[in-house]
Amino acid sequence: MPAVQETVDQVRRIDVDQYKYGFETVIESEKAPKGLSEDTIRFISAKKNEPEWMLKWRLDAYKRWLTMSEPKWAKVEYGPIDYQNIYYYAAPKRAPQSLGEIDPEILRTYEKLGIPLREREALLGIQKPAGEAAEAGEGNGYGKVAVDAVFDSVSVATTFKAELAKAGVLFMPISEAIQHHPDLVKKYLGSVVPISDNFFATLNSAVFSDGSFVYVPPGVRCPMELSTYFRINERNTGQFERTLIIADRGSYVSYLEGCTAPVRDENQLHAAVVELVALDDAEIKYSTIQNWYPGDAQGRGGVFNFVTKRGDCRGRSSKISWTQLETGSAITWKYPSCILRGDNARGEFYSIAISNGYQQVDSGTKMLHLGKNTTSRIISKGIAAGHSNNTYRGLVTSHRRATGARNFTNCDSLLIGDKCGAHTVPYIEAKNSSTVFEHEATTSKISEEMLFYCMQRGLSQEEATALVVNGFVKDVLQQLPMEFAVEAQKLISVSLEGSVG
Amino acid sequence: MALLDIKNLHVEVDGKEILKGLDLTVDAGKVHAIMGPNGSGKSTLAHVLAGKDGYQPTAGEVRFNGRNIFDMQPDERAAAGLFLAFQYPLEIPGVATMTFLRTALNAQRKKRGEAELSTPEFLKRVRDVAGKLGIDQEMLRRAVNVGFSGGEKKRNEILQMALLEPRLAVLDETDSGLDIDALKIVADGVNRLRSPQRAFVVITHYQRLLAYIVPDVVHVLSGGRIVKTGGKELALELEARGYAEYQEEAAA
Ligand SMILES: Nc1ncnc2c1ncn2[C@@H]1O[C@H](COP(=O)(O)OP(=O)(O)O)[C@@H](O)[C@H]1O
Ligand SMILES: [Mg+2]
Repeated sequence: MPAVQETVDQVRRIDVDQYKYGFETVIESEKAPKGLSEDTIRFISAKKNEPEWMLKWRLDAYKRWLTMSEPKWAKVEYGPIDYQNIYYYAAPKRAPQSLGEIDPEILRTYEKLGIPLREREALLGIQKPAGEAAEAGEGNGYGKVAVDAVFDSVSVATTFKAELAKAGVLFMPISEAIQHHPDLVKKYLGSVVPISDNFFATLNSAVFSDGSFVYVPPGVRCPMELSTYFRINERNTGQFERTLIIADRGSYVSYLEGCTAPVRDENQLHAAVVELVALDDAEIKYSTIQNWYPGDAQGRGGVFNFVTKRGDCRGRSSKISWTQLETGSAITWKYPSCILRGDNARGEFYSIAISNGYQQVDSGTKMLHLGKNTTSRIISKGIAAGHSNNTYRGLVTSHRRATGARNFTNCDSLLIGDKCGAHTVPYIEAKNSSTVFEHEATTSKISEEMLFYCMQRGLSQEEATALVVNGFVKDVLQQLPMEFAVEAQKLISVSLEGSVG
Repeated sequence: MALLDIKNLHVEVDGKEILKGLDLTVDAGKVHAIMGPNGSGKSTLAHVLAGKDGYQPTAGEVRFNGRNIFDMQPDERAAAGLFLAFQYPLEIPGVATMTFLRTALNAQRKKRGEAELSTPEFLKRVRDVAGKLGIDQEMLRRAVNVGFSGGEKKRNEILQMALLEPRLAVLDETDSGLDIDALKIVADGVNRLRSPQRAFVVITHYQRLLAYIVPDVVHVLSGGRIVKTGGKELALELEARGYAEYQEEAAA
């Protein structure tokens, strides 16, 4: 299995510091004054040249936020966050007008991250080697991927715009959508995650700076994978991106987000909001490879990741599927959810959450069955190593009118070593008798016996661990788009470096 | 030079001495059977040879192909040609048997500085070996040993052995739980591999297997020591008379 071997090679090269995305890019940037106030919000809004309605929306969110407090129910522990000691806006000084004008330093950053920004490179750079393609039984290798890159608070480049426009697909920074497609933004922004939804979502509504906007018109199958890469670069800077994806009737889109940040001693705050809307017969597939800086071996530094992601299956027979690979962040607080409103709608959640060192993960999903014959499926694989804590938290409910609702949940946890913890907290609420909810859960320890068996066959301890873990997460890994599955597999092993022996 | 040379080996498990001065010499080309009552230390010997954690050698030495085996990690021993067919093979969920075989073979080849096998070469070899052991493609696609019957697990061990072509194969009660047809398939698998370069240590509680894999030497292991060595007729004797006399001897 070449991918495992590749993984192991990569692990070896990384050696001491396993987080390879931890470099900092030195560029001049422009920031809002430190701290949060009405002035900060007006500053951000003015920078973006926003219309009055948008500013009002933000200020409204800010007023509500002042009355709210941080949620405390998750199984995570952290010191107080000083919201006045954060920059809410940082932008590279030279605002690019086209791909050719991007600061070369930023281009180099994305190159280091392995993200092909220039379209030419996107075409050439990710062609799969012929041999591997044949082995995987796939056609002619990878397809194209359109990328939107967000650097601190602004989107710096979006590729393949022209080709997408031809298909009628809108893919652009949300700041641009607010300018050019205000009707769509007004109609859908906040319609899935309301302004006052929760403390972090409300904060995001007040200060969000950029993020991606996607609209797929009726009947259109988006011709390529869409992808956004988020990068926090500046010190003491929060990232508050906002993503809005609308799949109109009978359309299809697959979207992937990736996230990285430099190594920092202090904690950085990330509070994003993602809203998905699927109309009749539409399908959205949303994948995440979250690899924010997790902190060092002693648990210093790392990103605080408080994210609200929700999809609304608004139309009949619509479908939303979340797939996530969570390897980074000091704290992960994240529950990508589906509101199954339309009859026959379907929601899916596939998750691999890996924690090592002193990472704390509290993640899961909500499946809210409102329409008739709605179905959902949850497959969660938690892997805890080191001193970490890994919690799956889920809620599955069916409304009185949601006759024929069905859910299948499977939560498996794998423990590596004996200083880590795995927890499963599933809530189930069925309000009508025709509901069928099934739940399975297992917790296992990666056994010495299993590793010894593999080693007796010639695998090193690292190779054996990679093999066993890859087997454990296989069902979920298969859900990721082909383009990212190999990357994901590598990341899994890198995240577990140093967890055995 | 003997392929395997064990001198005065003492091994502790959980602070308790299990092997108490074991001597055993196995030359290339030979099949040695080790018989003995339950709890006499047969699996302990297999595990300490393979390098399992917790099996602590406290005295004596073991040379494999001239090298001190305790200087080598378990995977190095495997790459050097030591194979253990487990008494209780492990299950690895989500890892297809085919993937496992390929990962293992290539890991060993790489450690020996040999080129990895190409996909067609590998597939040809697996099909060839699997066919002879009555293992179909469907079984190779299933996760390693998951949901396998006892007999399938044992055949899978022999399949791995045949594919990895070790210098020394230690078979720990590979016959237990097999019906007579499965036993013959396993024995055929072993007999096909017999060669002047290769040796086998066949651990068994019963004589039954030795009717099909005819050993050159038979040892009785009791109380952590080899207490008697003889030819293949010793196995028959043990079958008829049991281990009682050796247990007394060991206790004395
Ligand atoms: N992991 C272990 N922990 C403690 N005692 C063990 C362990 N493995 C084996 N033993 C003990 O060592 C002795 C020999 O066991 P074993 O080698 O499995 O015997 P055999 O394979 O001949 O039946 C037995 O008394 C057994 O209880
Ligand atoms: Mg035994």
